[in-house]
Amino acid sequence: MSTRLATGGRLVNTSKTVTFRFNGKHMDGYEGDTLASALLANDQMLVGRSFKYHRPRGIVAAGPEEPNGLVNLGEEGRFEPNARVTTTELFEGLTAQSQNHWPSLEFDVGAINQHLSRFLPAGFYYKMFIHPRPLWKHVYEPIIRHSAGLGRAPKTRDVDTYEHFYAFCDVLVVGGGVAGLEAARTAALSGARVIVLEQTAHWGGRTPVDGGDINDMSAQEWIDATIAELAAMENVTLRTRTMGSGVYDHGYVLGYEQLTDHTSSKSGPRHRLWRIRAGHVITATGAIERPLSFAGNDIPGVMLAAAVRDYVVNFGVSVGDRTVVVTNNDDAYLTAIALKHAGLDVPAILDARVLPQDSEVMAQAKALGIRVLMGHAVSSVLGGKRVTGVAVCSQAGEGAVLEEISCDAVAMSGGWSPVVHLWSHCGGKLKWDTLNACFSPDPDRAPLGADGMQFVSTAGAASGVFALDDLLNEAFAAADGTLRCLGKKLPRDATASQGERREEAPMAPVWLMPQGASVKLREKAWLDYQNDVKVSDVRLAAQEGFVSVEHAKRYTTLGMATDQGKLSNINGLATLANALGEEIPSVGTTTFRPPYHPISMGAIAGEARDAAFQPLRRTALHEWHEANGAKWEPVGQWRRPYAYVRGGESTHDAVMREVTNTREKLGLLDASTLGKLIVKGPDAGKFLDLLYTNMMSTLKIGKCRYGLMCNDNGFLIDDGVVARIDEDTWLCHTTTGGAESIHAHMEEWLQTEWWDMKVFVANVTEQYTQIAVVGPNARTALERLGGMDVSKEALGFMEWADGEIGGFKVRVYRISFSGELSYEIAVDAGQGQAFWDALMVVGVELGVMPYGTECLHILRAEKGFIMIGDETDGTVIPQDLNLHWALSKKKDDYLGKRAHLRSHMADPNRWKLVGLETTDGSVLPDGAYAVGEGNNANGQRNMIGRVTSSYHSPTLGKGIAMGLVLHGPERMGEVLEFPGTDGKTYNARIVDPVFYDKEGEKQNV
Amino acid sequence: MSEAISALKNASFETGIAQIREMGAVGMITLRGDLSAKPLQKAAVAAAGVNLPDPRQCQTQGQGGMAWMSPDELLILCAYEDAHAKLADLQEKLAKYHALAVNVSDARAMFEIRGPHARGVLAKLAPVDLSPAAFTTGMFRRTRIAQVPAAFWLHKEDVFHVVCFRSVAQYVFDVLSIAAQSGSEVGVFQR
Amino acid sequence: MLIVSCPCCGVTAEETEFHAHGEAHITRHAMDASDEQMETYLFMRKNPKGVHFERWRHQNGCGKWFHMARDTATLEVFGTYSAQTLAPPEDLLAEIDAKRPGWRDRA
Repeated sequence: MSTRLATGGRLVNTSKTVTFRFNGKHMDGYEGDTLASALLANDQMLVGRSFKYHRPRGIVAAGPEEPNGLVNLGEEGRFEPNARVTTTELFEGLTAQSQNHWPSLEFDVGAINQHLSRFLPAGFYYKMFIHPRPLWKHVYEPIIRHSAGLGRAPKTRDVDTYEHFYAFCDVLVVGGGVAGLEAARTAALSGARVIVLEQTAHWGGRTPVDGGDINDMSAQEWIDATIAELAAMENVTLRTRTMGSGVYDHGYVLGYEQLTDHTSSKSGPRHRLWRIRAGHVITATGAIERPLSFAGNDIPGVMLAAAVRDYVVNFGVSVGDRTVVVTNNDDAYLTAIALKHAGLDVPAILDARVLPQDSEVMAQAKALGIRVLMGHAVSSVLGGKRVTGVAVCSQAGEGAVLEEISCDAVAMSGGWSPVVHLWSHCGGKLKWDTLNACFSPDPDRAPLGADGMQFVSTAGAASGVFALDDLLNEAFAAADGTLRCLGKKLPRDATASQGERREEAPMAPVWLMPQGASVKLREKAWLDYQNDVKVSDVRLAAQEGFVSVEHAKRYTTLGMATDQGKLSNINGLATLANALGEEIPSVGTTTFRPPYHPISMGAIAGEARDAAFQPLRRTALHEWHEANGAKWEPVGQWRRPYAYVRGGESTHDAVMREVTNTREKLGLLDASTLGKLIVKGPDAGKFLDLLYTNMMSTLKIGKCRYGLMCNDNGFLIDDGVVARIDEDTWLCHTTTGGAESIHAHMEEWLQTEWWDMKVFVANVTEQYTQIAVVGPNARTALERLGGMDVSKEALGFMEWADGEIGGFKVRVYRISFSGELSYEIAVDAGQGQAFWDALMVVGVELGVMPYGTECLHILRAEKGFIMIGDETDGTVIPQDLNLHWALSKKKDDYLGKRAHLRSHMADPNRWKLVGLETTDGSVLPDGAYAVGEGNNANGQRNMIGRVTSSYHSPTLGKGIAMGLVLHGPERMGEVLEFPGTDGKTYNARIVDPVFYDKEGEKQNV
Repeated sequence: MSEAISALKNASFETGIAQIREMGAVGMITLRGDLSAKPLQKAAVAAAGVNLPDPRQCQTQGQGGMAWMSPDELLILCAYEDAHAKLADLQEKLAKYHALAVNVSDARAMFEIRGPHARGVLAKLAPVDLSPAAFTTGMFRRTRIAQVPAAFWLHKEDVFHVVCFRSVAQYVFDVLSIAAQSGSEVGVFQR
Repeated sequence: MLIVSCPCCGVTAEETEFHAHGEAHITRHAMDASDEQMETYLFMRKNPKGVHFERWRHQNGCGKWFHMARDTATLEVFGTYSAQTLAPPEDLLAEIDAKRPGWRDRA
């Protein structure tokens, strides 16, 4: 059984007990434990069921590479699936539940799958569920969805907050092991700004466990001294619990800081995403131990050798009383020695190698009385939910059992793979290291930055350098090289820290144990624990022709689980290479993509949730609208009142009331969102003549003109009223959505094409609250407020004037988008509410009502006025809308003029604007298509037009619409068919698009 | 005229790691023109009451001030009540030259971030190096705050002034308040 | 995510302050253009793997347009320069020649 030892545990505080719950059961751990070490201390070796076969699975690793120990962590607003027990720090009150089993972890119905495993080989789902196709959606997928998956999805809102942080440095060191610290110390000596990120809560990485002196101090003493030195430096930022998650172009790195995950009191943000821009990145990300592929290597109790060592040394937890060590390298001997020192039994070390002489650690192990069997291997692991022993065989053979050794744990080591993920994220390439049988970074093919120079280096084990003395020298050199890239210098007396030398025997690659393992053994030799991929699956994929590593990966799902193959990739590649009879480097690796380890969605979103999810733009009258029943309509990022709904009234009723009231009495519209651009300069007239299709240079001071704007493709992009302010100043109104884009459009032409023109543009949209005072009583209202002369004589239709009304400094435009007597009045936004209030007060006796955007639409549609975005969609030209009158013939050039001559634009068969009236007075569905004779190539009826705007007009008491119709203006009176999505067909007659006051008498009074 | 109302009526957030405060109505004039032309410089300096700022700098003195917005644009700061008069004066002085001056006092909102964590709060939202060595008093930066364009300058140590569009004042106040929530000290700019 | 130096205001910032606007040095054609010239002007754009000249705007910054010479494959930035020009500056072209010999033949 696994248990807590009486002594040991350098990271736990045994005087502080922490209680937690696992699957509802109360357990105790110590402060400093991970959830994994605490579970093992409570003999909870079984932590989950595998994804496909529901095999019992135990903890395998001690770090982020853990494939099995995934739990549903926390409850309700803090519930999180697939949390790794090895990276979850224990805190008082933690709750966790194991995943992927039913009804219980101990007894799982799905485990029947493991007995069916012969029938569930690689590609099973692809082969099985492809036919018949219709069954997929309704039968297969729902069943598979129900039975698949690891953790549960959260059901309640996340109660935590998250944030981003932008950080800048010369040198970013990812990884706070001794190599990272040596690199950081070296870089910092030059005065460079250094940030060091460490994913765990502790500095120093593996070295305090593995041992070895540095500068004649113990590793821990050197680490403490180095941290103290770095912490005292102004130019250094140190961060634990912060993972370097991804390396991106031009020195951009994401760091994932976990702020409250390890605490019971959750105040402040939970995660912080560091958005770091580094001049140079040094990845000192260490290495990950590889499992060995032998039968039963997934039975709970089989663990990575270094993890077994970590649990003993760091947490004082023994994984088993009797541990068999199986290895192809010297490193695993440290585990045997550590176990012995802790008073635990190591019945044997099975070493696959055959060596001429003993290395240092072998001699030590033997001196401790451990039986070392060279050239030996595990034939199979005995046991079901827990290891009970191993069957021993020769590595060279096919698995014939030589003896059985009883044990309750197996510590395996297949060698070490550098963590090359961050090196690879942004294009760093790898080379095959024959000596250590691993892929390591190829410094000649490094990631390149903005200046085309290398911007990522590796240090220590991440470079494929494992011995302590070599690794420190290498880290020093990496930092030195980095500084040279940055044009910075080390002090002359700077030297590398000196690590203790330990002579090691070379490892020997072992990709299958024993090397001639039979099919039966291969079917129980796991490569990817989380996705249940075995040696036999990869061989099958190779047999079936999936020779590319990327295809074999997807076919078998090797390395596609939440651990992204941290343990399985190299073993899987080697297995594929063997099956194909190729060398490993020629098979290559799959692509490493960020994040290194899953990060929370909350961290990615940062502050962008709830009210701050996206910016909402509010006018100065927003609060008033809100308080007066506004139903909001999103218009870009603006919120505009759609209608002001009164008690007991439907939204439709409100719109109808607003239309009638505005036509008959007085309506007020908040038109502040319309764009207002000041265009000024000696060449402003010339410039506007190029931008608008009509002539603006001839506009008289004090007058207004409606203008159209096309892009140089000829398509309509905006419209609005332009006012001539003085000799060289114009004010251009744009649509609500056009304020920023048309401003940018103007600047673009001024800066990139006509930069010789003397014109300045300023966007003053938000300076003003602009209120449309509309209806037969509009003038009376303004006159009662008192001030400037707003009579027809003083201020005619399509004129503007500055003045004062009701004591407010205003600019008044006599323009109308409704067909009524109308004044659009601009007042400084800070006065907007007061002016609106004044209008509402004076309007009481005149029947004033505010109106919203839907009323605005109906008023304009009754008049046949087009709306950018309704009648236009980026493919419509002015000619389509019968706006020929607005296309100047006097001008040699304007944007879109030449494009209008292109054959498709001049095509007489382009659909043209008409009015539409249903024969029964109902409202045509917006966007409906008119169908004509015959069918198209798809057997659908030919389309001859579409509805662009459609409303019920209370003024006319019937549905009115506009649409674009083939030869429309020539077909007045014809009735067209519009099939609706509701199954009904609507019949509508082509009519003039101006439904109301065709002569325009009402607006010109 | 009534008293001008700023976008958020001097709203403030006081319970976080930095104080966030809307600064009320502030006079602002956008001036575009040839910044090397003497008449423009003279008129701008007269309106702002401070010297012409260097590129990417903001000069302030009392309620007056001037920020360098781009190679052909300045932002003049003044008391809100003075903006109309100063604009008229500028326009008169520059009538003979190719320049554009407009009042944007009501088109903007202005915030103050105050406290020893002010740099840390702003660095959560703006992709700018705000370390004491890189961003010093008087520096002015146009950038984005979260998802909207904004500009800010270090008014004095521990005090940033932020300018954004009026329509997004609530959004900017919200994100600044979130960034300043208690318990969220980053602690890299303090020693 | 790229870092970009704006030659107009002198700020170096991450890509989120900027917006890319496609190929630079397009000649505008107008009334006297042939249909083929119009087609080329409006629609034909280069898509090279390698050296590319682009239009960018410092959108969340000084608001100015400028040009950038960039390698679309390695993302190396050779330089940024004024938008008020018809061709890249000679010294920049010389630098690109040195870094990417033969690029003109592929462009």
